[in-house]
Amino acid sequence: MKDYELIGLLFIVGLALPVAAILAGSILGPRKPNRIKNDTYECGMETFGPTWVQFKVQYYLFALVFVVFDIELVFLFPFAAAFDKLPLYAVVETVVFILILAAALVYAWKRKALEWF
Amino acid sequence: MTYAVFILFTLMALCGGVLVVTQRNLVRAATALVLSLFGVAGLYVLLEAGFLAAVQVLVYIGAIAILIIFAIMLTRRMVQGDESGLNRQWGWALVSAVVMFALFCYVVVKAWPLALGAVSAPAVPADSTEALGLALLDWEQYVLPFEIASVLLLSAMVGAVVIAREKHDS
Amino acid sequence: MNGFDISNLFLSIGQVWTEWLLQLGLSAGWVSFVNKLAGAVLVTAFAVGTVVFTIVGERKLIGRIQDRLGPNRVGPFGLLQTVPDVLKLLTKEIITPANADKVLYSIAPMLAVASVILIWGVVPFANGVMGVDLDIGALYFVAVSSFGTLAILLAGWSSNNKYALVSAFRVVAQLISYEVPLVLSLLVPVLLAGTMSMNGIVQAQAQGWFVILAPISMLIFFISSTAEVGRSPFDLLEADSEIVAGYNIEYSGMRFAMFFLGEWIHAFTICGLTATLFFGGWRGPFVDQVPALGVIYFLVKMFAIYFVHIWIRTTMPRLRIDHLLDFNWKFLVPLSLVNLIVMSLAARLTGMPRADAALGELLPYWGVLLGVNVVLAAVTLYVLGVVGSRIRRRQEAAREPEPAVTGP
Repeated sequence: MKDYELIGLLFIVGLALPVAAILAGSILGPRKPNRIKNDTYECGMETFGPTWVQFKVQYYLFALVFVVFDIELVFLFPFAAAFDKLPLYAVVETVVFILILAAALVYAWKRKALEWF
Repeated sequence: MTYAVFILFTLMALCGGVLVVTQRNLVRAATALVLSLFGVAGLYVLLEAGFLAAVQVLVYIGAIAILIIFAIMLTRRMVQGDESGLNRQWGWALVSAVVMFALFCYVVVKAWPLALGAVSAPAVPADSTEALGLALLDWEQYVLPFEIASVLLLSAMVGAVVIAREKHDS
Repeated sequence: MNGFDISNLFLSIGQVWTEWLLQLGLSAGWVSFVNKLAGAVLVTAFAVGTVVFTIVGERKLIGRIQDRLGPNRVGPFGLLQTVPDVLKLLTKEIITPANADKVLYSIAPMLAVASVILIWGVVPFANGVMGVDLDIGALYFVAVSSFGTLAILLAGWSSNNKYALVSAFRVVAQLISYEVPLVLSLLVPVLLAGTMSMNGIVQAQAQGWFVILAPISMLIFFISSTAEVGRSPFDLLEADSEIVAGYNIEYSGMRFAMFFLGEWIHAFTICGLTATLFFGGWRGPFVDQVPALGVIYFLVKMFAIYFVHIWIRTTMPRLRIDHLLDFNWKFLVPLSLVNLIVMSLAARLTGMPRADAALGELLPYWGVLLGVNVVLAAVTLYVLGVVGSRIRRRQEAAREPEPAVTGP
């Protein structure tokens, strides 16, 4: 907890800096809004249709594959931190762990979940 | 001081949670969920569980929240439209929520004397992540759950690919 | 009061400062709070202050590499160019699009800056001179980076602009994809050092930098962290010379500048992290006698790597999104998985010597790890060559019948 006090303060300072900068900008800068200026900028074309359209499934697949690997990485961090005290069989266990996930990657690859089209 | 920070993080988690269910816009609801998860990460820090807090931020804010936003974009035709907070299953949801709440109340009340007595709990080890790693890979402790976790992740990947491909092919 | 030790300049200044505060009559709790606040402000000031110089330096350097002069009007050699730039940005109107989601739209640029400043909380400048030496330092910096991803997604979505949204989605797909090899290669220095603390990782490089023991991990880390910054050749997310500006298209004035501030800080941050994890951080000759020298070593290493970063930026052409994702999932991720397996087995089988072991004990260990890396690199290049020539042959075979069609 003690260690994280500075991190908390850093988060506050790190947020305060852009807040101050944006505030200064809004004080020093002009403020003359009009309908055209505040319109959506799409290279001069009138915008049409809803912006929040449906996206293709590919993004979701990449995110899913990422989540699986992210959770794997969480398991590997304690392994790496304790590495200098681990016996050989523990390292082999982790290798098995990684290989099972490598199988997951191979599966996703073979089922063309990693293709962009 | 710690008390004030505790209240701040608790408010974050609770307000975030309330916003998630009251916001009509789904992406906004997802952002409120991020706030709530961040509050929980803060509580982990207060409990001297830095590793857990970092994992909470990494997995829930960095991965799950983004996955949820992607999923919203994928499944809803008009995300900006007002989505009613209620659907046909609200009755069942209410029942399960009440049951869960009762369960939590029971556990808290049951554990309360224990919590009061646990003031002299053993100190957190200096390098708790290292202890976690040693315990995870120890033959006599958590090796089996560790390996099963990877099999679980493998099956999650297979399931996700199958379902998503099915949707794509049809 | 201890004597003022010039060789350990920064810690001495900290001591004098603390004693001065105590003499003012502040309680120990307040002094600790003030010190931590001062630390946070100093770290932020360092990050922002460095950007002021790197912007000019980078523009001059890119200019020279492209056979131009670069900025040379304001101040001697154009060194003060950033000052009018900032003034210009300050006096620009901050526009909020009428259809934007106002709350999220204004939060996004702040998160973008905060996420990279947070990384500097754990980077050691010299032995013990750092924000805070968290025992989960390496994991911490990966975790706070995810706020940056979130900021981009929020910016793109809240702008209510099709281009911004498409761009944000592509950026996020890129960022989350490259996070996997980034962390997998980051694990190698962590396991070689046996700790996640950033200062601990630097201390573990007393006898030799990890770049000698794990050059492949270093390359993977550098490549994927360049992709995390979104700089060339991975800059398709806001290819400003080709399409509209990407996820930040609707932003203007200072809000727009915040995204760029975040990107510029991030650019030298990854160089600082590479220096810390693989190039010995603050380590250098006589650093044990004169700890203050560490700051200079660290900065020199950081800017040397930054030079390479800019060099790559000006030299490499931009990747296409499908190539970019293929490169990650079908090359970097498998390679870094194999690399992690091979490195952990090699390090365990040779028996890691203690950090203070004699050179005779260390040389076999170094030799084995370096040899393993060389073999892995050779195998990788061979496999790449075989696969590449097979693909090329298939493409040529597909191209063959074309002239026949145009014949009579």
